[in-house]
Amino acid sequence: MKTRIALMSAAVGALFAGAQTASADDLTLCWAAWDPANALIELSKDFEAKSGHTMSFEFVPWPNFADRMLNELNSGGQLCDLMIGDSQWIGGSAESGHYIKLNDFFEAEGITMDDFIPATVAGYSEWPKGTPNYWALPAFGDVVGWTYRKDWFEMPELQAEFSEKYGRELGVPETLAELKDIAEFFQGREIDGKTVYGAAIYTERGSEGITMGVTNALYNYGLTYGTADEPYKLDGVVNAPEVAEGLEFYKELYDCCTPPGSSDWYMSENIDAYKSGQVALQMNFAFIWPGVEADPNVGGGKSGYFPNPAGPGGHYAQLGGQGISVVSYSDSQDAALEYIKWFAQPEIQAKWWELGGYSALKAVVEDPDFATSQPYAQTFLDSMAIVKDFWAEPSYASLLLAMQDRVHDFVIAGNGTAQEALDGLVEDWTEVFEDDGKI
Amino acid sequence: MSNSAIERAAAATPPKLARRVRGLSDRAIAWIFVAPTIFLLLAVNIFPLIWTIRLSFTNYRVNRPNAEVEWVGLRNYQRILTDEDIWQTMQATAHFLIWTIVLQVLIGFALAWLINKKFRGDNFWTTIIVLPMMLSPAVVGNFWTFLYQPQIGLFNYVVSFFSGVDPSSFSMIGEVSLAPWAIVIVDTWMWTPFVMLICLAGLRSIPTSIYEAAECDRASPWRQFWTITVPMVLPFLMLAVLFRGIENFKMFDLVVQLTGGGPGSTTELTSINLKREAFEKWRTGYASAYAIILFVTVFGLASIYVKALNKVKER
Repeated sequence: MKTRIALMSAAVGALFAGAQTASADDLTLCWAAWDPANALIELSKDFEAKSGHTMSFEFVPWPNFADRMLNELNSGGQLCDLMIGDSQWIGGSAESGHYIKLNDFFEAEGITMDDFIPATVAGYSEWPKGTPNYWALPAFGDVVGWTYRKDWFEMPELQAEFSEKYGRELGVPETLAELKDIAEFFQGREIDGKTVYGAAIYTERGSEGITMGVTNALYNYGLTYGTADEPYKLDGVVNAPEVAEGLEFYKELYDCCTPPGSSDWYMSENIDAYKSGQVALQMNFAFIWPGVEADPNVGGGKSGYFPNPAGPGGHYAQLGGQGISVVSYSDSQDAALEYIKWFAQPEIQAKWWELGGYSALKAVVEDPDFATSQPYAQTFLDSMAIVKDFWAEPSYASLLLAMQDRVHDFVIAGNGTAQEALDGLVEDWTEVFEDDGKI
Repeated sequence: MSNSAIERAAAATPPKLARRVRGLSDRAIAWIFVAPTIFLLLAVNIFPLIWTIRLSFTNYRVNRPNAEVEWVGLRNYQRILTDEDIWQTMQATAHFLIWTIVLQVLIGFALAWLINKKFRGDNFWTTIIVLPMMLSPAVVGNFWTFLYQPQIGLFNYVVSFFSGVDPSSFSMIGEVSLAPWAIVIVDTWMWTPFVMLICLAGLRSIPTSIYEAAECDRASPWRQFWTITVPMVLPFLMLAVLFRGIENFKMFDLVVQLTGGGPGSTTELTSINLKREAFEKWRTGYASAYAIILFVTVFGLASIYVKALNKVKER
């Protein structure tokens, strides 16, 4: 009898334990290893407390992020339940079935994409572009912008010298040409007994660096990806003479005004150069701005921020940032959706911004106090209003690497002409789209 | 003693199993022992090779599991062999391969010859010399990017000290004309000790009686070097060249850390290019054809070389 009771108790206990396991999941969120990821760990503690689920995080440094995570998705891996994937992955991940479609979930939970900044919805969530098919919730708005040494710009002797040389004040540049003048002005200059240089720009070859940099010049000289009528029209569009001028501009900027040895620099190298006082200007994604403000050498009012300056063909900036998706291979999809529901709440988004995460929720960024909440908040808003993104096609990786090779070959290695580089790029991209059956 | 051990093992074998094994021939038992290894080889080496050959005739992409896989015949091979960029990476690989081997053999042999002279502290110096090859290539790559830094790098400083040029006026890993030499220098620094050790083994295997006989015949040191030392060390040297050749043909980590294949595509070796095709562009079929071409190249060259090596040994 005693044995029977013991067995029954054990069975009931096991059932109870099983029920508990089913309701409390251990979710793994995958993202890049950078400052905002640490802020997200902090933010997610609230989700753990409220939901009873536990959160694990898998963060991979940027240069290996795409390799590692796309490998995981392509192999149907179950490491990640939630993926904050790069904006360009959306096409491939949607078409290959890596992400679950969120339309029904959004409808059931009353989450509407109208509540988010339109550029982030188009960039991070939609596939095909321009259609109301959503595969991610905008999680982190980001854009390429510029950081400058305000304290150096305010030095009276430098202001006087600059005015005399260029006939205008040393201030935030309105155009790319003005930006180059400023970079040239600072190049090789002695400040506080140290030789400084003009600008740290993206030149990295291995992943996406130089493309994320050069597009800020090319868009503003007229680059479009296809035309409105012919989305895959490349010849005469991508390699138009004015786009070649934009590429020449980027090369001139690299040749005249960057620190020696900066032939393979991306986000972290630019941050290091700026924080160590090597450069007057820094091109980088907006995510670095909270870190700049907090830095003892360049923060606390010594730095200023401005959006990518306009060019002769328009005024745009390269979109960064990511959306958060539920991985279709996950066994904990319900809990993962619960996380997205929690994350989409306005009060959580407001806290996200406070912690250093760039919320894409209109309720947060359109708050009257937002623009003055941080020294870089207005620049973030201005920049997000002019964003343009790289291809988000399923073959984006082939398109990106072709551009990396062609542009690096011209800008850094100095091989051929800008026109030849773009003609070659059109050939490469045409081959990719032909393989895909798009043209 | 051993008999009793066999008897004990026989006694311990369960009767059922003993009856079954008793009927097996020596050949069958040998197969039983060898079978797991053969199975593993088939599963790990042969099957992937056959599968890769099959994929090389398709347009398969591993990141498009839902896409239809088409048989494209020899198109992938044709594209690769007519692609100028791929020939450029082959040239970069050849440059890297030839110069690293030449420098490592010359310096490695010279060091081995010196160390073999037996002097005070020779063991200490041997240990110091072999240190670089004990490091991880990733560490070496990272470490040398700092040494090559134009503003703070020791390498540029040393060059500047001896030549008088401004250290920040040149960038070893950022300039097209210098980057191929930058990777050759680092690989030579790291792997010359390996060649030295092999040469040292060769030098120490030469019986001293041969040199004594040569001295009796009044042969000059120069003649002893060319008629005794070099021919007797040659098989060892050739072995070192084979190892370094195979290793450097598939060089990846060190160069990725140093230059990432740049500037432009100047230092993009075939293995880096292949990795980008396979795991960044996800052109699995194309990359399979590429891998097969490289495999055939290395296998063919290595076979010719091994034949030559055997001939040298027979002499």
